[in-house]
Amino acid sequence: MLSRTADHLYWMSRYIERAESLARLVDAHYKMSLLPHSPEDLAQSLLSTMKALHMEQAYKDRHESIEPRAVFEFVSLDRDYSGSIYSCLRRARENARAVRGSLTSELWETLNSTWLDARAQVARRASQIDIGQFVEWVKERSHLTRGVTIGTMMRDEAFHFTRIGTFLERADSTARILTAHQGDLVPGADAGVVPDPYQWSVLLRALSAFEVYRRVYRDVITPSRVAQLLILRDDMPRSLLRCCKEVYGNLKSVANEQSAETERRAGEMHAMLHFARMEEITAGGLPQFLQQFLAKLQDLGSRIASDFLVPPAEA
Amino acid sequence: MMDRSRAVPAQLNPYKEEPVGTTPYNEMYFKEGAGRTHYQRYAQWLEDQPAERLTQKRAEADALFHRVGITFAVYGQEEGSERLIPFDIVPRVLPREEWIRLETGLKQRVRALNAFIHDIYHDQQILKAGVIPAEQVLCNSQYRPEMQGVDVPGGIYAHIAGIDIVRDDSGEFKVLEDNLRVPSGVSYMLENRKMMMRLFPELFSAHRVAPVDHYPDVLLDNLRSVAPTGVADPTVVLLTAGAHNSAYFEHAFLAQQMGIELVEGQDLFARDEAVFMRTTQGPQRVDVIYRRIDDDFMDPLVFRPDSMLGVPGLLTAYRAGHITIANAIGTGVADDKSIYPYVPEMIRFYLGQSPIIGNVHTWMLRKPEDRDYVLAHLPELVVKEVHGAGGYGMLIGPAASASEIENFRRQIIATPERYIAQPTLALSTCPTFADSGLAPRHIDLRPFVLSGSEVSIVPGGLTRVALREGSLVVNSSQGGGTKDTWVLET
Repeated sequence: MLSRTADHLYWMSRYIERAESLARLVDAHYKMSLLPHSPEDLAQSLLSTMKALHMEQAYKDRHESIEPRAVFEFVSLDRDYSGSIYSCLRRARENARAVRGSLTSELWETLNSTWLDARAQVARRASQIDIGQFVEWVKERSHLTRGVTIGTMMRDEAFHFTRIGTFLERADSTARILTAHQGDLVPGADAGVVPDPYQWSVLLRALSAFEVYRRVYRDVITPSRVAQLLILRDDMPRSLLRCCKEVYGNLKSVANEQSAETERRAGEMHAMLHFARMEEITAGGLPQFLQQFLAKLQDLGSRIASDFLVPPAEA
Repeated sequence: MMDRSRAVPAQLNPYKEEPVGTTPYNEMYFKEGAGRTHYQRYAQWLEDQPAERLTQKRAEADALFHRVGITFAVYGQEEGSERLIPFDIVPRVLPREEWIRLETGLKQRVRALNAFIHDIYHDQQILKAGVIPAEQVLCNSQYRPEMQGVDVPGGIYAHIAGIDIVRDDSGEFKVLEDNLRVPSGVSYMLENRKMMMRLFPELFSAHRVAPVDHYPDVLLDNLRSVAPTGVADPTVVLLTAGAHNSAYFEHAFLAQQMGIELVEGQDLFARDEAVFMRTTQGPQRVDVIYRRIDDDFMDPLVFRPDSMLGVPGLLTAYRAGHITIANAIGTGVADDKSIYPYVPEMIRFYLGQSPIIGNVHTWMLRKPEDRDYVLAHLPELVVKEVHGAGGYGMLIGPAASASEIENFRRQIIATPERYIAQPTLALSTCPTFADSGLAPRHIDLRPFVLSGSEVSIVPGGLTRVALREGSLVVNSSQGGGTKDTWVLET
């Protein structure tokens, strides 16, 4: 398939996944804001999340202080900020439109109506928009998009590039959310200290991991188990291991003459997580581990781009 | 309580409209008010429909067109803003015998046009015979000297031709314009039919409407049949200017329907007199380019050097016969308004036949006697710029103000060769939904004629309708809409 087509498909799915990740974070914080708690905790959590997502500066350019409602509106609805959910939905749709012929009509229509709907919703005054409802809707549209992708697309290159985009973005998102909460995940926290329940619920809920945690561990929440679940569990759909496994698998299916090294690196990331033990990761320091992971992910992304999506000028 | 008012207001039937000049031909009704034979069943159905149902169906059509994204991009507005071309739910119906005559006439015309383009770029017999003044062709900005002596597969230049047909007050079909460069609109022909079948399936069991949805198959067959010699399994691509082009929907639609890649200039490159596309599996050879960008943008090394849309080196590969471009480079010389008046002569010259569908009478203002007549009759005539398109650069005498007429008069006197004039045609009308309800509106017809190993036409075409009352301009950029076009099989 055309390199440009693969590139649009890859970004289409990255933007939809990013919109969902942001919606999850807003949703978790929004629910937290409805509970009785100290406003400082909420503001702190919002700030560290925006830092991990590199959104802090853009927010501060627009607002003086961290106000939950302002953060929710900024992340969800800001039309002028290219990283908002609104902008992600627009960019997903623009990428889809550029290759609408390579999508099934169901998938194109799903992305197109998502955008048309989002535009109609955001056209109202921001203060009149129910943020909880909006992010819930974004999650549903993302679920629907993914379902239509899996349910209607041929298992060809187009599908694999779409999936690579989804899982690279998801790995990136999980790693950043973990980064925002790395302070709560220090190993010493297991012994005695009662972890902040708000922080845990935000982290776990943002990753659809709250109920999963209960079922898997049937026990109190401890930092090392949370890290175990979100980094090393193969059966946890948003864990780093799971995402790397999917990226590697899809990458193998599209291999070309020049992609051997990219494939090797993806395989290495997968194998490293597959055979890793939590103690090793925490021994070296969780923040360092996450930082390295994000760097490797970025390297993988640019290697995929130059091998497949935007090949050097003269072939 | 349900609204039982009928969709067809009394004033529409019997026929009462009094437009400028002559009385136009109404496609659905006789002057006496009875439905024309081929429309009788539909007219009856329409009269039986509650107004409310039709209103709801119109809204449904709009919502569907938006969701499917059958839109055209609007330049210079907010990103992602696209507009619908208004779709009218009353079909334009053609009886079988009228269609057969049209079809025969269109094929004849396109054969002659292809013969003309081939001749112009080879021996120029028609110029030597004095049928067309040589300077009219050779000094035309659409004449491409780069094409002189180049042989194209099958001698076909205009693989896809969109011929604009109008019906005059006597009920006769005339060719208003030939579109031989990158004619567009066929996706609306196909989508309008899909929409009608979805909205009113019952109409299709009551009428035998000739199908159109095989158009992409015929087009692909034709494109494959003109691949460079020796290519057994040609790779065909559709070249678009990209998602911001106003006809992008059509490009994406046709590529998808034909199962071919939709490429932009940046996806292609030329090397060793051959053209390749950049794929995830490395370069892949391309044999046929169905291009939807103008000649000027095709190859920055030969035409406009600032073009970012084309492929440097494409013309070299083309002239070497290693790639087919459809439509060929240089077809514009045959659809120019200054050449149009000569098409009937071409049919006689190349085919030895008399034209089945005539032209609209055209005065060429470079001729002194034509100019004198036109300048004396400007308020009655339509004056067109020779190189204008899309309904721009045009004077419609009866609708123009005195100052607009004087303005055109000055321009004609200054550069007469830039203009032609035609009588103001009372284009036929078809009942159409307007804000006030059902009312007659002027229409035209653009059938798409495909030339490959043979010449073929999918029955029907795109009917465009001028939605403003009294307007004769059907272009979508100026308030035009579209209708489904039915050719009845019995």
